[in-house]
Order: sequence, then structure tokens, then C-alpha cells
Amino acid sequence: MDIESGSQNDGAGMIRLTLEGVAVRRGERRLFEDLNLSVRPGEAVALTGANGAGKSSLLRAIAGLLTPEAGRMRFDDNGQDLDLEVARTRHLHLIGHQDGFRSGRTARDELAFQVGWCGGGPGGIDEAVRALGLEGLMDLEVRRLSAGQRRRLALARLLAAPRSVWLLDEPLSPLDARWRAEVGQLMQAHLAGGGIILAAVHDPLPIPARTCEIGGTA
Amino acid sequence: MSAALLLLRREMALSWNGGGGPLLACGFLLSLAVIVPLGAGPRLDQLASLAPGLVWLALSLASLLTLERLFERDFEDGTLDLLALGPLPDEGVVVLKALAHWLTIGLPLAAMTLPVGISLGLTPAQLPLLALTAAVGALAFSVTGALGAALAIGARKGGLLIAVIVLPLFLPPVIFGAGALVAQADGRSPGPALALLCACALVAVVIGVLAGAAGLRGSRT
Amino acid sequence: MFGLANPDRFMRVTRPLVGPLWVIAAVLLAVGSVWAFRVPEDALQGDTVRILFIHVPAASLGLAVYASLGISCLFYLIFRHSLADAAARAAVLPGAAFTGLALITGALWGQPMWGTWWVWDARLTSMLVLFLLYIAYAVLRGAFDDEGRGARAASVLGLVGLINLPIVKFSVDWWNTLHQPASLLRAGGTSLDPAYLWPLLVMMTAWLLLFLAVWLTAIRTEVVRRRVLAIRARRAREAQG
Repeated sequence: MDIESGSQNDGAGMIRLTLEGVAVRRGERRLFEDLNLSVRPGEAVALTGANGAGKSSLLRAIAGLLTPEAGRMRFDDNGQDLDLEVARTRHLHLIGHQDGFRSGRTARDELAFQVGWCGGGPGGIDEAVRALGLEGLMDLEVRRLSAGQRRRLALARLLAAPRSVWLLDEPLSPLDARWRAEVGQLMQAHLAGGGIILAAVHDPLPIPARTCEIGGTA
Repeated sequence: MSAALLLLRREMALSWNGGGGPLLACGFLLSLAVIVPLGAGPRLDQLASLAPGLVWLALSLASLLTLERLFERDFEDGTLDLLALGPLPDEGVVVLKALAHWLTIGLPLAAMTLPVGISLGLTPAQLPLLALTAAVGALAFSVTGALGAALAIGARKGGLLIAVIVLPLFLPPVIFGAGALVAQADGRSPGPALALLCACALVAVVIGVLAGAAGLRGSRT
Repeated sequence: MFGLANPDRFMRVTRPLVGPLWVIAAVLLAVGSVWAFRVPEDALQGDTVRILFIHVPAASLGLAVYASLGISCLFYLIFRHSLADAAARAAVLPGAAFTGLALITGALWGQPMWGTWWVWDARLTSMLVLFLLYIAYAVLRGAFDDEGRGARAASVLGLVGLINLPIVKFSVDWWNTLHQPASLLRAGGTSLDPAYLWPLLVMMTAWLLLFLAVWLTAIRTEVVRRRVLAIRARRAREAQG
């Protein structure tokens, strides 16, 4: 597998994501409503907005981890609608604040599980580990990694188990300047291969991206 | 390696690593077994009549205490999100987690009931039936407990809440499991009670898995 | 039935029902209670037979209320109507009270008749489990910060608890236990003397209507409570910006 050219082998060539009139409510509070957004293959969208505006909730709603109050979501592959369940369980990655790593297990075990669960093979893991500079760290327990290293370990899943749609919740915040640039290049390669990226951010992404402001109904 | 096997292996590994798993549960079972003779008097013939009930009490409590955080930890650290985006439906996740619990904790507990049974005055002839009923009962407990743990995901007060939800549902296996032992001790055939115990375990598996998956889905909508 | 899922229509349809229900239930309860004290003493049970005029309706209602709770849960899980959740929630307290009353009056009757307050037979045990299930539902329903989360989790549990109902009902037939088998509702007609049958039927009707009155009132209160919460939230938003 060639990461540099961002090849996609998740079976869906070019996935487009469309949101129509989406509204999300948390408890008594409506975070936003009537959100329309279309992300074409090869496109990145930076979700901006104040703290609590609902950026993370939107990503979780797209991933099906939260039911929107209203609206429709569509994943289509060259105009052919995909089953939502299939799209979410085969073609979508969500990297959130909680990475799902057990602190007492080694980075290798944890990454192997996450990648295997998402349908990636062991070959991809080695490539991803190299691309994210994790070579010396894989036998350490996750709790001994720094925040930046731990985030890179989470991001390694994106490369080792290729899926078209990347939903990233502040992916770069714990990373230093060097790794922001490196991860930016990996994102660029993903887009070049026809993937799409939706990222909740406070700082601008290091790649060309459309901006979508969330919130404003409150 | 298939996703199901992957998850099962991870769950079993976590059970061993995170907090000692079977050792903790078996230690708890033994501690309970020590308290009873000291409280109820050490006469073995008296203890023997109490033994089935005591073993089942200890078994259900030990299962319950280890089941309490079956999903909560995954919920807190984001693993549940990852599991939702994988190839297996929620039912599969519940089955595998309950199965891993049974294999790593339920079966060792069932084995541990043998020395406990002896120390409480059961005769060696009763032990095979004790082990069998305990193993089947532990399976029912694992699945029912998984149901309770799934329903209580994200609740404000986990432990006691799960106990209140799950203990009423533990009663049928206890009734028939202990009933089989009593029947054998009275010289009757334990067959009917054993069959009912297995039926309870089957019903628990079906309902526990379906309702547990509904609980998982409910936790993220 | 489905039109009632709309809270506005529910409020409109039920408004004229609540008052009469309370009145009729109170009248029937008074009539039934007086009548129960005038029936002749039972040859075997003596005066204690009168306890059954409370015990039997309470036990039947304990079961029937759980059935309505479970069905409300099912409706909530399928249609996600908040009214179904309100109905399930409103059934808990009366249901638990009826079941508790059945257990207590059963003990009061069992002491002189069986010579013991309590036996671990199938009927008594499964009624106790029914009581525990009410508690479990109530505890789980209130255990979450998020209302919808609590409603969904508790509905699943309420539905699972329905399994217990046939166990309670048929426990006296399946297992040969101390509690007597059904005499009112059984194949081949009732085995009850008419002198007891009629006041018992009056009492059962009274308790049923009482439950309906309590239930409707509680659901209506819940609807109003949610409206107040919604208004408050809207006011807070308007005040903010």
C-alpha cells in the first residue's frame, strides 16, 4: 500500500457526504439547526465555531453516534447512495478526544486492535507507524506516551485502515509544529486519493480547506 | 483474523490485565465462603444444608461485581464509539463481551465453587453437579449482567444501580441451580431442575443480547 | 389510539374524563368497602376473608399496571413518543403501591391462615420480583442526566420485565405451591360464592378506576411539567440574546 499517493482501498472509490437541514440538540439545548453542507471527494472542510457550538456533536452525528433532531445525511459513491450503516461501519473514521486506548496496554496491541477492528491489515500498521514516527514507541504502554505521541498513535489508524471519510475532532491540537506539518501532508495525500476530511478546529488546518461556521442559532 | 475473534481476544486480555480479573473474582468468592462458617457455626452437617444457597449467593455477587464496569470503561474512554464504527452489529459486541466475561471469570468462578462446596460440607459425589450448574448459571449471569451494564451506561450511580436492575433477573437461575443441588441431596433426580436451569440460561442469552444491544444503541442516540 | 400520541389531543380528550373517574372510583370504593364488611364470615377463614377484598384487587392491579407499563415502554421504543414514556413513568408509583399492598395484605392473611407471614412459594416470590422490577424501572429511569437516555434505557428494562407477568399468573398452576390457584378467572367459570363474588367485582372495578384516575392525572401533570420546562428554556434563551 502506498500511503504517499493516498491510495484508497476501502472499496468505495469516491464518496461524497451531504448534510441537508441537520439540527442537533443536546438535552434541552439546540446546538444548531438547518445545517446544509456538501463535501466532495478530495475536499477538506474545517468546522469552526465557539466552544460548545456543536462541532464535536456534528461529527458524532455524522458518525451515527448521536441522533440528529432533524435533517438528512447521505453518503453517495458517484451518485449512488450508500446504506448509512454500511457507510459508517466501512468507509468512515472518527478520531475524537477520547481515543479508546487502554492506558495499561502497549501501543502495539492497542493499535493492532483498532486497525484490525476497522478492517486494516498488519502490513498497513508498519507503514503507518513509520509515517507517524512511532517506531521506537510501539512497545511502550499507552500511558507512558505524551499527549502528542498518543494523538499520533490514534491518527495511525487513519493510514493503516484506509477509509474514505475522515472525521477529525481537533486533530492537531496536541501536536508540535513539525508534526502538524507532517500530518498536514498525510491529509493532503488522503485528499489527493479522493478522500474527504471534516475537521473541527480552532487553528486553521495546514491544508487548503473550506470553512464552515457552526452555531449561531443560540 | 476476523473482527469477532479480535474483540474476544482483546476482552479476555483486558480481563486478565486490568485488575486481575479471575483472581479478584475468585478471591472475593473465597472471602465470602470464609465468613459464612464463622457466622453460622462450623458444624459441617448444618453448613451442608446451607451450601447450595451460599454458593449461589457468592457466585451471583462475584459475577455482579465484576460485570459492573463491562461497558462503562469503554464508554468513558471512547472505545464504544470505535466499536460502533466496526463491522459487528451491537448484538455481536454484547455477545462477545459477555462471552469473554464468562470464559475469563464465570468459568474460573464455577471451578472455585468446588473447594468452597467441600469446605461447606458437600460430599464429593455432589461436586460434578455443583460445577455443572455453576458453569451454566455463570453463563446466565454474564449475559444478564451485560444487559444491566449496557442499560446503565453513563448513569450517575453505576454499581448499586446495576445490582438493582440485574439481581431480580438473576433469580430464576438461582432457583433452579440451587434446586438441582437440593433435589440431588434429597435423593431425587436433579434432571428437571437442571433442564429448567439450561432453559433459563438460553432465555437469558437471547433476551440479554437483544436488550443489551438496545441499551448500547440507546447510549448513543 | 395513535391520535392520542399527540400531547395536545391527549390533553383535550382526557380533560373531561379525569374528574368523573375520580368520583366514580371513590363512590365504588366506598360501596365496596362497606359491602365487604357486611358479607357473612367464611366457614374456614372467619373474618380474615375480608382482607381478600383488598388483597385480590391489589394483586390483580399490580399485574395489570405492570402490563400497561410494559406496553407503554414498547410504544416508546417503537414510536419514540414522549407521551408513552410519561405513561410508563406515571404507572410506576401506583403499580408498586398495589403490589406492595398485595404483599402486605397477603402476609396479614397468611399469618392466621397458614400460620406464617411469608413462604417462599412461586406466587409470593414472583410477586416480590414484580415489586423489585417496579423499583428497578424507577431507579434506572431517574439515573441519567439526559432525559431521553433514561427513557430509552428504562423502557428496555420495562419491556424485559414483562416476562415476569406470565410467571406470576401461572405460578400457582405450574408449581404445586401453598398459594391457592385462581378461583375468579379460570376455565369452567368462577368457583366463588356469589355472596363474595359481587362485592369483589365492585372492589376490583373501583381499584381499576382509581388506577386510571391516578394514571391519567399523573400523565397530564407530566405533560404540563414538560411544557413549563420548555417555556422556561425558551425564556432563558430569549433573555440571553
